[in-house]
Amino acid sequence: MEQSEVMERVVKILTPWAKNPDALESVGMDTNILEDLKVNSARLVDVVIAFEDDFDIEIADEDVDTVNTVGDAVRLILSKKG
Amino acid sequence: MAEGLTPEQVLALVPHREPFRFIDEIVELGDDHIVASYRFPEDADFYRGHFPGHPITPGVLLIEAMAQAGVVALGIHLLARESGPEEVGKVITVFTDANIEFGGLVLPGQRVVTTGRKLFFRRRKLRAEVEMKLEDGTVVSSGVLSGMGVPR
Repeated sequence: MEQSEVMERVVKILTPWAKNPDALESVGMDTNILEDLKVNSARLVDVVIAFEDDFDIEIADEDVDTVNTVGDAVRLILSKKG
Repeated sequence: MAEGLTPEQVLALVPHREPFRFIDEIVELGDDHIVASYRFPEDADFYRGHFPGHPITPGVLLIEAMAQAGVVALGIHLLARESGPEEVGKVITVFTDANIEFGGLVLPGQRVVTTGRKLFFRRRKLRAEVEMKLEDGTVVSSGVLSGMGVPR
């Protein structure tokens, strides 16, 4: 799976929870999910479950703690997809 | 997985107290569901204003009653099972999101029974499908509620 495809799907998943449309317009690998996109931290579990469903992967709770940026999520998903 | 708490122990650990406690009894408790009941007191103070001469139970309190059963009490049970009963006292459950609709009225003195079914419990966030019925089986409210355990 190409990084660009994963990136596109990750952004699509994050979009409904992102409260900062400007950051969404210029989203990149370094965009911070909580601080830049303004996703409510209580929604992180929802986001992770959406990643799991969309990409058909399992993400351990320990792995979730390593995800701060969009790029962290993309890299984690790519590592799970092998 | 740790041994679970009894329904009575869970009920005692629900932190809410009068005048904001809307759970009397846990009728059923399992790893996937809870059934709990509450009777709204006929003389509850909020009926004076909601509404003068036409007392009906505020919908927000129906949501709260469903949350105390389907999110807080069930969450206490699940946390105790996952991490041990000693962890329960270290966190307090806060509301995170809700999607609820109402289909009937609850009048002063009526008893309601809430069923909560776990949709997921991860990272101390519990999402449950909830349904509240009157004793005659009429569904008065249903939907999905979520809450999260945060350090006290």
